[in-house]
Amino acid sequence: MTAVRCVDICKTYRQGDQDIKALDHLSVEIQKGEFVCLMSPSGGGKTTLLNAIGGLDIPDSGEVWVADKRIDQMSKGELADLRLANIGFVFQAYNLIPVLTAQENIEFVMQVQGVPTARRREKSLAILEEVGLTGLESRRPAAMSGGQQQRVAVARAIVSRPALVLADEPTANLDSKTADELMELFKELNEHHNTTFVIATHDQRVMRYAKRIIRMRDGRIVDDIEQNAA
Amino acid sequence: MRMLPVLSRLAWRYLWRNHRRTIVMLSAISVGAWAMIFMTALTRGMVDQMIADGISVIPGHVQVHNPDYLDDPSVNNRIALTDAELEQRFGEAGFAAWASRVRVPAVITSERESRGVTLLGIDPDAERAFSFVDYDKVDGRFLEGPDDNGVVIGAKLAETLETTVGKRIVLMSQDPDNEIADRGFRVVGLFHANMDVYEETYAFIGKRTAQKMLRIGDTVSELVFVGSDYRNVEPVYEKVSAAVDDSVKVSRWTEVDTYLGTMLGVMDGFMLIWVIVIFLALSFGLVNTLVMAVFERVREIGLMLALGMKPMSILGQIIIESMMLLAVGLLIGDVLAYVTVKPLESGVDISIVAKGMEMFGASSILYPKLYMDDVILSNVVVLVLGFLASLSPAWRASRYEPVEAITKV
Repeated sequence: MTAVRCVDICKTYRQGDQDIKALDHLSVEIQKGEFVCLMSPSGGGKTTLLNAIGGLDIPDSGEVWVADKRIDQMSKGELADLRLANIGFVFQAYNLIPVLTAQENIEFVMQVQGVPTARRREKSLAILEEVGLTGLESRRPAAMSGGQQQRVAVARAIVSRPALVLADEPTANLDSKTADELMELFKELNEHHNTTFVIATHDQRVMRYAKRIIRMRDGRIVDDIEQNAA
Repeated sequence: MRMLPVLSRLAWRYLWRNHRRTIVMLSAISVGAWAMIFMTALTRGMVDQMIADGISVIPGHVQVHNPDYLDDPSVNNRIALTDAELEQRFGEAGFAAWASRVRVPAVITSERESRGVTLLGIDPDAERAFSFVDYDKVDGRFLEGPDDNGVVIGAKLAETLETTVGKRIVLMSQDPDNEIADRGFRVVGLFHANMDVYEETYAFIGKRTAQKMLRIGDTVSELVFVGSDYRNVEPVYEKVSAAVDDSVKVSRWTEVDTYLGTMLGVMDGFMLIWVIVIFLALSFGLVNTLVMAVFERVREIGLMLALGMKPMSILGQIIIESMMLLAVGLLIGDVLAYVTVKPLESGVDISIVAKGMEMFGASSILYPKLYMDDVILSNVVVLVLGFLASLSPAWRASRYEPVEAITKV
C-alpha cells in the first residue's frame, strides 16, 4: 500500500535574481511501513521534498499523494487536517513551543486533535518515559538541553502514532548515545506499529537504520537503493 | 470551542513572555479605562443633579396640563377636572408620587420692592417626597397644609424684597375674569435651594388658599407624576395617558423642559465619544503590542501551522491574547475607578467654579455617580473596538506560510 507518491514534481525558488531548482521533475513512491533516508549534499532538495510531502510547501507542478489523497491541490485548512491526522514532524532545529512545558508540548498535537485530557496525560507521560525524560514534564524548553529538547520534539511527533513521520536532520544536534536511542525508538515504531519514516539526513548513524536510501542531487533522485537495516 | 482551552493557555503564556511590554500596555489600558469611567462618573453626577434638581423644581417625570397651558400659563388655561375627580382617577393608581398644583405667574410686593415670581399653590404633604425644598431646613416653617394662609419664599428673594419671616407681602395675579386677584400673606418660611435662581423664582402658598385667591373653585393648573427612574418615564406616561382624555395634554419631562431633555441626550452621546477617543489613543499601543508579539514568534506560528493548527486558530489565538490584555487592563481600570469614585460620591466641593457652573443649572457640590451601565458601556466599547483593532495583526499571523515562517530567523 502506497504511503507517499510524488509524480513529476518541480519546485523553483528565486534567490536574488537567480532561479534555484529545488525539485526537478522528481517522482518517487514510498510504501506504507518503509524506513527511508533521503540523502543529498546541502541544497540537494531533500528538505524541499519533505516539505512537499508534508504539505508545508506546494510544488510548482506535479502531483503529491499522501494516504491516497492528492494534497498539492488542497486548501490550507485541509492540509492542516491532513498533517494533524496523519503526519508527525521532527524538524532540524528543536522547534518546541517555548511557552509550554515538555509535557504540554507533547500534548499539543493531541489537544488540537481533541483527545480527552485524561488520555492525553496518560499518553504524554508514557512517551516521556519512552524517550527517557521522566521527571522533566514541567520544564520549559529553555531549561532543557538540546538533546532533551529534540527528544521532546520526537515524542510530540510520534505520541499520536501518525502513519507517516517526516524528520529533517533529527540527530543533527544530538550526541551519539542519544542519537542511537532515538533511532532505536524510530525502528521500534517502524517495526511494531508499521509507521512509515522518511528522514532527511547526512548522518551515517541514521542511514544504518534505513531499509531504503534515496540519494538526491540538484533536485533529482540519483540513486534509490534498498539495504538491510541495523 | 474545542480549541479554546489550548488557545487561551497559549495566549496567556505569550502575554507574559515579554512581561515588561505587557505591564506597560496593561498600565495604559488601566489608566485609559479609569479615565473613561472617572470622567463619565463626574459628568453623569453633574448631569444627574442638574436633571434631578430641574425635575423636582418644575416638571416631575410626567405632567398634565390644559393643552394651551405651556404656551400661555395663565389661570384661564386650567385643567377641567375637580380635585375630587383627580383623586378618583389617580389616588389609588399606584404612582410613586403625584400632586396637583395651581401654578400661575404673579407679582410679589414687599413694602420696599416688587418682583415677578411663579406662584405655586401646593398640597405640601403630596409634594414632600419629590420637592426640591427640604421642608425641615426652611427658616421659619414650611406650609402645613393646602389651607395654610402663609407664604414660603426663597431666601434670595427675601433678601431682594428686603423682607423676612414674620413680615407681610402681597401676591398679585389675575383671576379667570381678567380681574386683579391679590392678597396679603405673612412670610412664614424662607427656603434654601442649590441655586439662587430657584430661590428667586418660586413662592409657595397652600393650594386651596391659591384656589380661593384666584377664584378658580377646586381646579388646578397642572398635575405632576413621579416614577422610579427619570430615564425611563414611559410606564408612568402610559399609565397617566390611559387615565385622561383629549381635554388635557400629557407631557414627559423632556418635553416640558427641552433644555434638560436635550442635555441628557447630548451627555449620553458625549460619553460615547469620550470613550471612543480614549480608546483610539489606546489602540495604537494595542496594535503595536500585537504586531510586535506576532513578529517575534513567526517561527512558532509556523511550527503550530506545520503541526496541524488551522490558520483560523492562529487568528483566534492572537485575538484571545488581545482580549485577555484588554480584559485584565479593564478590570484593573474598573477597580481603580471604583475606589476613586466611591469616596467622592458624598460630594466634591467645586465652589471655585460653581458660579460658572450655575449658568448650566449645576450646583457647587458635585456628586460623581458610578453607574453600572456606564462601566459596562465603556468596557464593551473598548472590547469591541479592541477586537476590531486586533483583526489586522491576527489576520497577518494566520496568513503565514508554514514553510517560510518556520525558517524565519
